[in-house]
Amino acid sequence: MTRVVENFTTQVPVWSPYIKPVELASATPEQLAAMQVTPSNKGVSPYVLTLAHDPESLAVRSPLFNQIMYGKDGLSSAERELGAVGASVVNRCIYCAAVHASRFNNLSKRPGVIDEIFERERQARLEPRDQAIFDFSAQLSETPPAIPKTAAADLANAGLNTLEAVDLVLSSALFGWANRLMHTLGEPTEREQAPR
Amino acid sequence: MTLIEEIVDARPGSDLAEALTHRAEILRLSQSTHDAVLFPQSPGAISHGLRAALASRMARQYEVPKLAEHYEELIQQSRDNDEPHDAATDAQTAAIVAHCDLLTLRPRDATRADIEKLKASGMGEPDVVRLAELAAFVSYQARVIKGLQALKGAK
Repeated sequence: MTRVVENFTTQVPVWSPYIKPVELASATPEQLAAMQVTPSNKGVSPYVLTLAHDPESLAVRSPLFNQIMYGKDGLSSAERELGAVGASVVNRCIYCAAVHASRFNNLSKRPGVIDEIFERERQARLEPRDQAIFDFSAQLSETPPAIPKTAAADLANAGLNTLEAVDLVLSSALFGWANRLMHTLGEPTEREQAPR
Repeated sequence: MTLIEEIVDARPGSDLAEALTHRAEILRLSQSTHDAVLFPQSPGAISHGLRAALASRMARQYEVPKLAEHYEELIQQSRDNDEPHDAATDAQTAAIVAHCDLLTLRPRDATRADIEKLKASGMGEPDVVRLAELAAFVSYQARVIKGLQALKGAK
């Protein structure tokens, strides 16, 4: 019996869907196209197979996701990941937080930031620029969004230019979306130890 | 001009308007997603009219009145295009609204049991995913608008 992962971690869990994913063998041409399955690319995750139940949404969402998270100018990749982590902490999406916290660590080489966030969540005390990014993404992620009047000035004072601030809005908002799929359609479970 | 840009209404020549020109492709893809989620060719148990009604309810919950007004305008238009047999049963509609509220207000509290409730109302797997995508998209759209509005006053 696999155990559900309850706490924030940088060890990426296994995502187990609550509903039956689409089966690759019986997927329709529209579903295969939405999953971007090609003869040379047959490795599709359970998450993508689950989302393939609604191929119309999946087909448009994938390019949008890639543009927001992997755009070349504007906010640094690591800081986009930090925006994703802020949203995932508010929505308590353990899986998304694990994936994007480990990406932040790989990109920034500053694991102390994530350690502090996982330890103290919204009370985390960070360096000024990290703090401004994390606080803004968390505030935007509340329902209704709870952005203080000083938000624009706070981001500017922390050194973000307008394009970087726009990218932070986009990556934080995108993760409100991802969390509402990943955290509500399945759960994170412990990775099996490989048999010796 | 996409819906997000219309509602945000950045002052021409401002830093925000300039930054948005660099993100035109993202705004365009956001608009395509809106169309795919509000007017899908295969709406399943969630008709176009119900989608617009749920979206307006969510926009109110996110406190983005102009977005709610946009969806209110779509309700009648979408209903006119729906086939009579597209209507969800009353029990299904109640389950859909309850789940939509959960995804909007308290997504962190969602569990397997909430998916079971949807399925008990007669929703199939594809409908469960369709509903999650609709709620997740409106969350994104409302937050992009709110976030960009917050940047409007910036130098």
